[in-house]
Amino acid sequence: MFIMYPAQFNYFAPKSVDETLELLDKFRDDAKILAGGQSLIILMKLRLFSPKNIIDINKIPGLSYIKEEEGYLKIGALTRYSDLEYSDLIKSRYPLLYESIKHLADPIVRNVGTVGGNVCHNDPGNNLPSVMLAYNAEFLVKSISKQRVIKAIDFFIGPYQTALQSNEMVVEIRIPVQEPKNSGAYMKLERRAGDFAIVASAVNVSIDDNGYLKKVGIALGAVGSTAIKADKAEEFLIGKKADKEVIKKASEIASEQTNPSSTPFGPSAEYKKAMAKVLTFRAFKNALRKVGVEI
Amino acid sequence: MTVEITEEPKGVHGMGHKIRRKEDIRFLLGKGNYVDDIKLPGMVYLAFVRSPYAHAKIKSINVEKAKTLPGVIDIITGKELEKVGLAWIPTLMGDKMMVLPTDKVVYQGQEVVAVIAEDRYKAYDAASLIEVEYEPLEPVTDPKKALEQSSPIVRPDKNTNLVFKWEAGNKEETDKLFKEADVVVSQGFYYQRLHVAYMEPVGSIAHYDPVSGKLTIWMTSQAPHVVRTVFSLVTKIPENKIRIISPDIGGGFGGKVYVYPGYVVSAHASIKLGRPVKWIATRSEDMRSTAFARDYHIHGEIAAKKDGTILALRIKVISDHGAFFGDANPSKFSAGLFSICTGSYDIKAAHVEVVGAHTNKPPGGIAYRCSFRVTEAAYAIERLVDILAHELGMDPAELRLKNFIPPEKFPYKSALGWTYDSGNYAAALKKAMDKIGYWELRKEQEEKRKRGELMGIGISSFTEIVGAGPADLFDIVGIKMFESAEIRIHPTGKVIARFGTRAQGQGHETTYAQIISEILGIPVEDIIIEEGDTDTCPYGLGTYASRSTPTAGAAAAVSAKKILDKAKKIAAHLLEAREEDIVYEKGRFYVKGSPDKFKTIQDVALAAYTNPPPGIEAGLEAITYYNPPNMTFPFGSYICVVDIDKGTGQIKVRKFVAVDDCGNIINPVIVDGQIMGALTMSFGTAFLEEIRYDENGNIYGGSFAEYMIPTAIETPKWELDKTITPSPHHPLGAKGVDESATVGSPAAFVNAVVDALWHLGVRHIDMPLWPWKIWQILKEKGAVSDE
Repeated sequence: MFIMYPAQFNYFAPKSVDETLELLDKFRDDAKILAGGQSLIILMKLRLFSPKNIIDINKIPGLSYIKEEEGYLKIGALTRYSDLEYSDLIKSRYPLLYESIKHLADPIVRNVGTVGGNVCHNDPGNNLPSVMLAYNAEFLVKSISKQRVIKAIDFFIGPYQTALQSNEMVVEIRIPVQEPKNSGAYMKLERRAGDFAIVASAVNVSIDDNGYLKKVGIALGAVGSTAIKADKAEEFLIGKKADKEVIKKASEIASEQTNPSSTPFGPSAEYKKAMAKVLTFRAFKNALRKVGVEI
Repeated sequence: MTVEITEEPKGVHGMGHKIRRKEDIRFLLGKGNYVDDIKLPGMVYLAFVRSPYAHAKIKSINVEKAKTLPGVIDIITGKELEKVGLAWIPTLMGDKMMVLPTDKVVYQGQEVVAVIAEDRYKAYDAASLIEVEYEPLEPVTDPKKALEQSSPIVRPDKNTNLVFKWEAGNKEETDKLFKEADVVVSQGFYYQRLHVAYMEPVGSIAHYDPVSGKLTIWMTSQAPHVVRTVFSLVTKIPENKIRIISPDIGGGFGGKVYVYPGYVVSAHASIKLGRPVKWIATRSEDMRSTAFARDYHIHGEIAAKKDGTILALRIKVISDHGAFFGDANPSKFSAGLFSICTGSYDIKAAHVEVVGAHTNKPPGGIAYRCSFRVTEAAYAIERLVDILAHELGMDPAELRLKNFIPPEKFPYKSALGWTYDSGNYAAALKKAMDKIGYWELRKEQEEKRKRGELMGIGISSFTEIVGAGPADLFDIVGIKMFESAEIRIHPTGKVIARFGTRAQGQGHETTYAQIISEILGIPVEDIIIEEGDTDTCPYGLGTYASRSTPTAGAAAAVSAKKILDKAKKIAAHLLEAREEDIVYEKGRFYVKGSPDKFKTIQDVALAAYTNPPPGIEAGLEAITYYNPPNMTFPFGSYICVVDIDKGTGQIKVRKFVAVDDCGNIINPVIVDGQIMGALTMSFGTAFLEEIRYDENGNIYGGSFAEYMIPTAIETPKWELDKTITPSPHHPLGAKGVDESATVGSPAAFVNAVVDALWHLGVRHIDMPLWPWKIWQILKEKGAVSDE
C-alpha cells in the first residue's frame, strides 16, 4: 500500500488487432491490455495488480473513431474521452454521453483515458458503465477465432468484472442512434470535482410529439457492485406523460433497485439510496427541460 | 510609519510594490532544484518496509530472500541502529522517537526495515521480499481511552500514555466569573486530524565523504540549522563536519520541521557504505507516516452577561500526539500558543488546560500553517462567540463589536498573559461587513428562511500571534528563537544576502530583497537572496509559524541600517563633508543643501573597496541576529455566505470576504497569494479533509484517492481587502501573514453553515462538513428534500 513503483512486467506493443489477439490468446489471464492506462497504471504502481505481460494497443491504427453508421453511433475502443468532449456530433445528439464525459475526472485524464478502457475496467464508480446501460449500448468483441456482440446489460457482471473472456478484446462501442426528440442528462454527486461518484444517475429519454415518454433508459452508478440498470423504473415510465409525480415515483422505483453499501467514515447506504432518488429526479428534470418539458 | 501600496514600481522596488516573485521564473520553467532532482555519482536508493499493524511485537525479521536479489546492497534493521546509538533519537519537544523499531511497532505505516539498492524499483522489490513476523498487540487510537487506566500502553519506554498536562490562566477567578454569569455556553469541538499534503513528499540524500569525514545531507527541511545541531549531538560527528542543504522545498506548512527516520537512516547508510544514499517518500508513505496536524478534542465554555458582555472563558483539551511527542513547538510550550484563545475579545479571566496523550498513530501535533496551535485556539473562541450570539438572540457581528478589545487599550495584556502589540478589530470587521453588504444579506436570509431555503452567514474575527520570538520565552531544544540576516555589498554595488530561514514557497527571495531595497535603495534585481545551506548561511531557527518577516525580515532591516551607517561615513569622505551634514534619500547621499551633487549607494560600495576613508575598515557588509522584543499580532475579519442544498446536503460557499491586517505590507501580491492559498487550504479543512483511524489503527484517508484536497473548481472566489495597523516594535511595522487565513477561516465556514441551520435546532457540526453529514442532520430535523 505504500509502493508507487510497479513490479517487473513484459511489455508488448503490437501494431494490429490480430497481433494483439494472438498475444492475448497466448498469455490469457497473465496479460492485460494497456489503453489509456488511467486506472491500470495506478493499480500497477500500488502493486495492487501486477500483470506479467502488458499489451500496449496505442500503436494500433484505426481503433479511434466516432461515427454514425448502420443505426449506431460507433466509437472505436481507443477513442479518448477528450475526442468525445470536443465532438460536435456527441455534443448535439448524445447529451447524456456528453455530460458524463464532461464530469469524468479532469482534463489531463480525459486527454489520455479511453472509452474502451473505461468500460472494460468496469469500476462501479466510473461514469461510462451506467451511461452504456442507459443507452442500451453494445460492444463489438473479438478473439483470435471469432467475434461477437455483447449487450451492455450482459457485459457488466460485477466489480471490475465483465463478460469478456481472457482472450477477447473490445474493439468498438455501439450506441443506438437516438430518436429525434431525445434528451438525456448525467447527474453525479462527487466529494470533489473529478472524483469518483458517490452516486451517479444516467438518464436517456425520448418523447413523442404529444409529450409521452417513448423510450427511457435509466442506470445508476456507485450504488452496487456494478452499475445498475433501473429497468423497473424504465418500464413504469414507458407511455406515461412526464410530470413531477410520475418522475418522482420513477426515481423512487429506480432507487429501490439499488444496493449500495456504506463507506467507512463516509456516506451511508441510506444516504446513497436517497441520493439515487434525488439525482434521478434531477437528471429527468434537466433532460426533459431540454426537450421543452418542465416538471 | 505606514507604508503606501503602489501599483507602479518606482525603480528600486522597495516595500509596498506589487512586483512579481523573482523565484517564480525557475519554478514556472520547471527548473527548480528539489531534493529528488539532485543526482550524485554512485548514488543508491533507500526504501522502507513498513508496518501493517498499529501495535505489534516484532518476533522475527527474515531478510534472506531480499539479500540475494541482484542490485540489493544493504539491509538495515533497528538492531543495527541500536548498536550505533541511533535506534531512538530525541524530538524537538524533549521526547524521543524510534528511527527503526527493535522490539515493537507503534503505528501502521511505521518504518521497520530499510533496504538499500542500486535503483528504486529494486529497493521496493527487495522490501516486498522481507518477511517480518509480528505478534499483534491491542492498539489504542482514541486519546480519551488512552488516558484511562485500562488502556494498552503505546510506548515500550513509558508506563503511561500521558504526554503532558499543561495549563494557563487564573482558575479561581475564572470559576468565580462563571458562577456570576447570566449565561454560560458550552460546546465540544473536535478539530480533526489533517495532513499538510504539501506538493513535495519528504526525502533526503546523505553523502558521506570518507576522506574528509564530512557528511552532507540534502534534506526537505524548514529548519536546516537546528537539524544540523541535533544531528551533531546525536551522532557525535563534529558540527562543522555536517552540512545540511535544504534546496527548493515544495511546501512545508510545518510538516518539514520534523526530523524523519529516513533522514537518519540515509545518513547512517551513507557513512556505512561510503556512497550517496537517496530516500524519497512516495505520496502514500508520506500521507501515512509523516507528522500530522490538529487532532484536538476541545471542550469550551464561555460566560457572559445578558447584554452580551463576555466575562470569562474556560477550555479543556485532550490532544492526540500519536506515538511520539514531536510537535515543533517552542520547547517551553507543550500546547504551543493555544493560550491565545481569548482571541480578539476583552475577557476578564480565562483558564485553559491541555492534556496530551499517546496513541497508536503516527506522531501528530505539527503546526499546519498555524503558529503553534493558534488555529485550534481561534477556531474554539470564534465558534464559542458565535454560539453565544445565537443563544442570546444577538447578531454575531454586534456581539463581536461589543466585546472587541478597543484600539485605545493596546498594548493589551490578555487574561492568559500575552501582550498584544497592536490591533483595531472593529475597523476590520466593519470593513468586511461593508464590502459584503452584511445587513442586506441578513435580510435576504430572513426572506429565504420563510421560503424554506437554507442560507447562512458566518463571521470570524481572529487574532494571530506570530514571530517567535522573544528569546527569554522561546527556544527550540535550548536554542533561542532569534533570526539572522547577513548582507554583503560587492564593489560593483550588487548584493548577496543570506538568511537562517528557509522558504518553501513563501517568496523570501523577493520580500527580503524588497526590504533591503527599501532601506539601501538598491534595485531588487541587483539583490540575490540565499537560504538553506548551513555551510554558507548564518545560523537561524528556520521558517515556520509565520516568523520569517517578523524575525528575519527585521534582521534584514537592521543589517541594512548598519550598512547605511557605514555608507554615510564613506559618502562623507567622498563628498568631502562632515558625516552629520550628509543627507540620505533612498540610494543617494548628498551634502545638506546641494542635492544635485550626490553619490549613489553604488559609488559608495565601490569606494568601500577602492577608497575607504582613513581609519575605516574596507568592505560593506553586516550581519544581525535579531531578537524580537515581542510577537506580532496580525488579525482580520472574515465573512462567509453559504447556501445548502436540501436534496443532497451539499454546501456552496457563495461569497467570502477576507479583510486582513498584517501591518505594513512588503509585497501586496505575495500577501494576497499567501491569504488565498491559506483560505483554499482551510476550505479543504472545513469541507473535505480528514484522516481517520478505526479501532484497530487502520488509516482512512491515507492517499489522495481518499484525502480530498480542493481543486480550483470547487474553491470559492476569495474577495480580499486590508486594514493597516503597523506593529509598533517591528523595524518595518510588518507582521507575519502566511497563516492568518488558516487560523481565521475555518470558524467562518462552520459558523456560516451552523447559522443556516440554527433555526432547525443545530448548534454545532464538526468539520469536515461533508454533504452526507449535513443531509443526515437535515433528515433528523425533517428538513430534507427529495427533489
